[in-house]
Amino acid sequence: MKLNVKYFGMIAEWAGFEEGQLDFVGVSVADLRNQIEKQIPDLNSTSYQVSVNHTIATDETIIALGDDIAILPPFAGG
Amino acid sequence: MRYARHIALQEVGESGQQKLLNAKVLVIGAGGLGCPVLQYLTAAGVGTIGILDGDTVDESNLQRQVLYTTTDIGRLKVEVAKERLNALNPDVSITIYPKNLVAENALAIIEEYDLVIDGTDNFLTRYLVNDACVKLSKPFVYGAIHKFEGQVSVFNFNGGPTYRCLFPEEPSQSQIPNCAEAGVLGVLPGVIGTLQATEAIKIILGIGEPLSGKLKLTNLLSNSEETISFSRNEEQVSKALQIELIDSYSNESCAISANVNPAELAQWITDNRAINVLDVREAHEKPKLNHPNVISIPLGQVPSHATEIPVDQPLVVICQHGIRSQHAIEFMKQYKFPNKLINLEGGMAAFHQHTSIL
Repeated sequence: MKLNVKYFGMIAEWAGFEEGQLDFVGVSVADLRNQIEKQIPDLNSTSYQVSVNHTIATDETIIALGDDIAILPPFAGG
Repeated sequence: MRYARHIALQEVGESGQQKLLNAKVLVIGAGGLGCPVLQYLTAAGVGTIGILDGDTVDESNLQRQVLYTTTDIGRLKVEVAKERLNALNPDVSITIYPKNLVAENALAIIEEYDLVIDGTDNFLTRYLVNDACVKLSKPFVYGAIHKFEGQVSVFNFNGGPTYRCLFPEEPSQSQIPNCAEAGVLGVLPGVIGTLQATEAIKIILGIGEPLSGKLKLTNLLSNSEETISFSRNEEQVSKALQIELIDSYSNESCAISANVNPAELAQWITDNRAINVLDVREAHEKPKLNHPNVISIPLGQVPSHATEIPVDQPLVVICQHGIRSQHAIEFMKQYKFPNKLINLEGGMAAFHQHTSIL
């Protein structure tokens, strides 16, 4: 299914864009993590959170067509 | 009437202004985020403000750290900030802590305040702020920035979620940004710090909806804003409650302290802190540093003798005035020196001046 995914901070730099369509082949957030970590290998070396419809999701959260996805790293800078 | 425009607000009034005057807020980090936070909280008449920062003003700070001026370069940020803020509002009592937040001092300092503002610049200290605030049941206002983007939230407020509830996974050492700071748009900490001050004032007044359980994301380039919700995770709260505040937060992470000032170094030596020292001056230069772990390699020979430099402990690099040592640090960073690199500010000249007046 096609998903609209927003990327933040350094993850957007690694992805090369802040927002993009992803052809998602899985079911849950854990599947999504696996899929994007293959596309953006730098994600393997960082910690990040996934939000689904503006709420932080767990690995078990099921993703549905049309869901709003964001990939969020913590920022250190001050 | 200094506070007339506050008192004229129905939501503030005389009683709200009195709440501000009675409030005690600790601002951790007097850098990009800390400067606007301090200015607005002082202007608002927050009665007691603590400022914690061990750094001195560097020229590269002036692009965004708007409390400081060119003539302040080299001075302790907390001292300059206190002068400026006293001039802005003499009603405010300001306590300064010219040090970094570390596991050993966090609880004792934070305990004195009602509310904490996290304006730090590295993950280790952010987790330390979280864990200390959770242990002491103090709410804290989080702000963090990256290039053109910022995050703001309110943690540990009235039983709400904490920093670990949002970001449970502590970034590994390799993720901690090195001392070569990434670029940042100068106004970004102004925007994010001002949002932090806004949240602090709302919490003190008990008005509006603080960003508890909400992460506000701001991108100044695209002008996009989003708010993401998250919930309290009891497992993560217990972790913060149970974790022992020990050296695991390793305060002299180069991200927070690429520099050590003479007073701090003298303290480290007194405390027998585990460090190695690299002296990059020529053999004839004096005074020498009296420390058991000093290795001397003149700057020009550092590249060819790099393998002789011990890597088992953080390395303090010294020279006469703190310039050559900075060059040596830049070189070792390129060669991925595997431990922390700390420059002695002002070099041995400043250190000698400090220790001779003791």
